[in-house]
Amino acid sequence: MRIAATLRLALRALRRNKLRSTLTALGIIIGVSAVIAMVGIGTGAKSQVEAQIASLGQNVILVFSGNFSSSGARSGWGGAGTMTVDDADAIAREVPGVVGVSPEVRDRQQVLANGLNWNTQILGEGPDYLDIRDWALDDGAMFTEQDVRSTAKVCIIGKTIVAQLFPNEDPVGQVLRIRNIPFKILGVLTPKGLSVMNTDQDDVIIVPYTSEMKRVSKRTNLSMITIQAASPAVSAGLQRGVADLLRQRHRLGQGRDDDFTIRGHQEIADAATATTRVMTVLLASIACVSLVVGGIGIMNIMLVSVTERTREIGIRMAVGAHGRDILLQFLIEAITLSSLGGIIGILLGVGAAKLLSAVAGWPTLISVSSVVLAFFFSAAVGVFFGFYPARKASNLDPIDALRYE
Amino acid sequence: MAIPVIQLEDFRKTYISGEVEVHAVQGVTLTVQPGEFVAIMGASGSGKSTMMNTLGCLDRPTSGRFLLDGVNINDLNRDELADLRNQKIGFVFQGFNLLSRTTALENVELPMLYTHDHITSIQQRDLALHALEIVGLSDRADHYPNQLSGGQQQRVAIARALVNNPAVLLADEPTGNLDTRTSVEVMGVFQKLNSEGITIVMVTHELDIALYTKRNVIMRDGVVVNDVPVQNRLQAEVELRNLQQAHQAVKLSS
Repeated sequence: MRIAATLRLALRALRRNKLRSTLTALGIIIGVSAVIAMVGIGTGAKSQVEAQIASLGQNVILVFSGNFSSSGARSGWGGAGTMTVDDADAIAREVPGVVGVSPEVRDRQQVLANGLNWNTQILGEGPDYLDIRDWALDDGAMFTEQDVRSTAKVCIIGKTIVAQLFPNEDPVGQVLRIRNIPFKILGVLTPKGLSVMNTDQDDVIIVPYTSEMKRVSKRTNLSMITIQAASPAVSAGLQRGVADLLRQRHRLGQGRDDDFTIRGHQEIADAATATTRVMTVLLASIACVSLVVGGIGIMNIMLVSVTERTREIGIRMAVGAHGRDILLQFLIEAITLSSLGGIIGILLGVGAAKLLSAVAGWPTLISVSSVVLAFFFSAAVGVFFGFYPARKASNLDPIDALRYE
Repeated sequence: MAIPVIQLEDFRKTYISGEVEVHAVQGVTLTVQPGEFVAIMGASGSGKSTMMNTLGCLDRPTSGRFLLDGVNINDLNRDELADLRNQKIGFVFQGFNLLSRTTALENVELPMLYTHDHITSIQQRDLALHALEIVGLSDRADHYPNQLSGGQQQRVAIARALVNNPAVLLADEPTGNLDTRTSVEVMGVFQKLNSEGITIVMVTHELDIALYTKRNVIMRDGVVVNDVPVQNRLQAEVELRNLQQAHQAVKLSS
């Protein structure tokens, strides 16, 4: 018997019991739309995190000042305060595979301009910093090596600073005051949005690290060093090289803990995506449970349908249908039911995801693979749960089936 | 001599019902030649239904041989039996057994769905229409069974039985659900088909219906007790006219 004829048969049988078919497919529809929407939300969250991580820059390695132990008391991260500008220079000079190094000093200060004031993050950085972070300027220019050497009173500012201190004017060329020291604004950064830690990356003023250390905070050590590796491949070796160099420079003998911490881009990414991945898996597995429940619904209805149509099966067998033909007929009916449910579910799921994006503002991302997977999974549910009833139908004895009232 | 359509040799059928063995048919030898019109008669429990199931290749003999159109069905598996039913047998049932919510035409097309030779759907339609024409229902092709009278439904069933050009038409109490007049009409269709050379075997317990056939095989307790050609065979056309006159006489119809 031809597949096309069987398919027509199945569709007609389903059309005959519209309400029943709809209710049966509803289980699959709900299951598939839940899977699509849930995975959409999960992937959306993940891609948001990934975008944030990408905003760190390409192949970036961060070296933090580490833990410091003194007579058994441990200072915690950043307590050691052992990283110096010389360390940064040494890394740039001696470790192979490094393409950029920026010493960093972080500080928070009250900033004045235009009669307005704002408390913000001050970053003392090297001239390569924007290249490493892959961060472009909206307007103006970055300070130079010359500015760093001369501890110039220049800065570039983020979009949030523009909004807070220069709401109605062009800030480039203007002056703002950090701890009452005037800094000339050289440029404005493009917005970068929230960081992995959910802080506003645009709420920032970047000044030469020398200027920050000598003029603003008067500190002598660095908060961290940002390093850019030439490629992801050299990243691991580079981390080891940096560690060896720093241990040597800090005279850390055998058995003593590092007084610094190195974090690769990949580690940060893994940590940040771990939670979203767990969430996605969790949501998807709950949705899968509803798919299985939908499948059981199909099986139930198919069993009822086989019983109701026993006589029809008998007639078909009497006129020459093989068991296989009957099996195929009922199996295709189950698969049609589940795949139609799958298609409707996909549409609903995409709709629900879009709605969530629009109403709740959650980022959602429907991947083609999740749609394809959901469709084939729903079809597979039809095969799996349709097989037993179909087999039951195909094994009927034609004499009994014909006599069935 | 032509190959017999049906050749039963010492056919026995035993059912196990619980722990009791039921000997439904106990040694029947029967030959039906092409072009015959046979009625198998008997009271309920005489084994005629078992005979019908076996002749219809729905069941295999417990012992004895059954050759249908020269093919020994004892050796065939389930699928081969199905193919044999499809190719060589046309069934007509007491309860019509049409698929409801399926048009007359599609009901007639049904056996062709399971035919191995590839027939295009246009050919299927033509063959089905032709079969409906033979039973005089080509104008009812698009009707559903519930829009047809009992007699018309049975004629659709006959068309379905004819459509694959079978070796034998098997009718199981074909008039059991019909009133006298439609019964005679249906017998008229059978007589017409038989006169065109189609072999028909029917099971009935009604003697007056059996008189339209050419040969009566009487069964009792699982054996054939009588096998006689029909004397004074009734002609459906004549009987129909007689009925009409009788009805007019009592003003049952105009």
